[in-house]
Amino acid sequence: MKLLTHNMLTSHVKGVIKGFPLIIKATEVKVNEVEFNPEFVSRMIPKLEWNALVQAAEELGQRQDLPGELVPDFEKNEEFLKKVHRVLLEVEVIEGCLKCPESGREFPICKGIPNMLLNEDEV
Amino acid sequence: MSPYMHKDSTYRISVYTFNKTLQFADRIKKINALEYLPFEGTVSLKNPQHIFCLLEDYGTDPNSIPEHPNYIYFGRWIADGQRELIRSHSVKDRHFIGNTSMDAGLSFIMANHAKVKENDLVFDPFVGTGSLLVACSHFGAYVCGTDIDYNTIHGKGRSSRKNQKWRGPDENIRANLRQYGTEKMYVDVMVSDASKPVWREAALFDAIITDPPYGIRESTRRTGSHKDITKPLDGMYVESHVPVSRAYHLSDIFTDLLNFSARHLVMGGRLVYWLPVYRPEYCDEMVPLHPCLQLISNCEQTLSSHTSRRLVTMEKIKEPEDLDSLAHVSDPRFTLYQGHNAFREKYFSRLNKRASKDNTKYEANGE
Repeated sequence: MKLLTHNMLTSHVKGVIKGFPLIIKATEVKVNEVEFNPEFVSRMIPKLEWNALVQAAEELGQRQDLPGELVPDFEKNEEFLKKVHRVLLEVEVIEGCLKCPESGREFPICKGIPNMLLNEDEV
Repeated sequence: MSPYMHKDSTYRISVYTFNKTLQFADRIKKINALEYLPFEGTVSLKNPQHIFCLLEDYGTDPNSIPEHPNYIYFGRWIADGQRELIRSHSVKDRHFIGNTSMDAGLSFIMANHAKVKENDLVFDPFVGTGSLLVACSHFGAYVCGTDIDYNTIHGKGRSSRKNQKWRGPDENIRANLRQYGTEKMYVDVMVSDASKPVWREAALFDAIITDPPYGIRESTRRTGSHKDITKPLDGMYVESHVPVSRAYHLSDIFTDLLNFSARHLVMGGRLVYWLPVYRPEYCDEMVPLHPCLQLISNCEQTLSSHTSRRLVTMEKIKEPEDLDSLAHVSDPRFTLYQGHNAFREKYFSRLNKRASKDNTKYEANGE
């Protein structure tokens, strides 16, 4: 699971009001090299919840020097975009789980793939 | 034509047939039949200066191919479109396929309908083996998908190939993108129930492209208990627990899909999906509508004498307000659309009525 995806996911357990962001508990994390595409990163940044991204990167120990606030005029700031690119697309949680911040329910991540299915009685 | 046929030039003639396979010998015959044209140059098959194309149109019905072409076209080659993609991305050669993988041609057409372009973020909520994502990634979009079927998402289980029993280790959606050199466009796939979306409330996707289950070759499912199952036994919560699924009524699938798209598409973003239809009862009013989505097109592909599917394209024109998700209930079309729930029954009832020699079996829970 990449952090771009994590930034868009929320817990949908019945009755939960604030299921975002999911807490990441990772037992295996990989960092791959993915071709840097500044246009795509620039397009994604306005859609992101920035604090949640920084928090997630911290949880994985992969924050490095990602700033706590969005840099103004980021479209032209290649150095900044590269940092965001790394955190969004290169860091991957291979094994672990996503934990609902309100209910504590855990959604397993196996081979990089989250399983978001709820059980019959949670629905 | 004469500037391209003078004696110092080189040329070749290519023959293309549509809806008919031609043997090599027949192609040569047709080329020779063009002898009456004033070609003065020399033939060069490998590196001609000019290529002339003979195109023969044998209609659109693969079950009724005429002896002679309906139309013949002849001209000088200037440039190619992208038809080659149909061959280069053929599902026959794809690493990971399933029973319902969308063929390459239609996948690319769907991507075009959705106006998928470079740097888009595209989502498929019924991703299966990822055929649609493969096509979208080719146009430079970043892709993600979900499916309720754990095995398909993980690339496990029985192979859909004739001579192969089980799927190999390199058979999954990511591997498919890798096969065509677009792995960098892979964002994520997840096991998830499309009727219970897991995305935060925001306009996230530039396009939603999907082929929802019709309930024929794969079951329509959603998580949830049947009324007669009371409490689950204590031992059931194991790591690999796959939740009980109940029927996901076809009309709910499309209502949910339209609501989901209205909420999660960017403004101007497109939803492209297939709608299965029982032809004897179909009318245009059955196509589901939504106040936030404008219907752009509705194209039929015939599947059999009594069934077809329609490629529906919609574009987001308005942000949803709370009541919009219920708007369809008061819409008279809603009652018409309920008929879709019977699609599966009607499909099978026709099959049973015909004294069919066809031994094709459809598994109720087939993958």
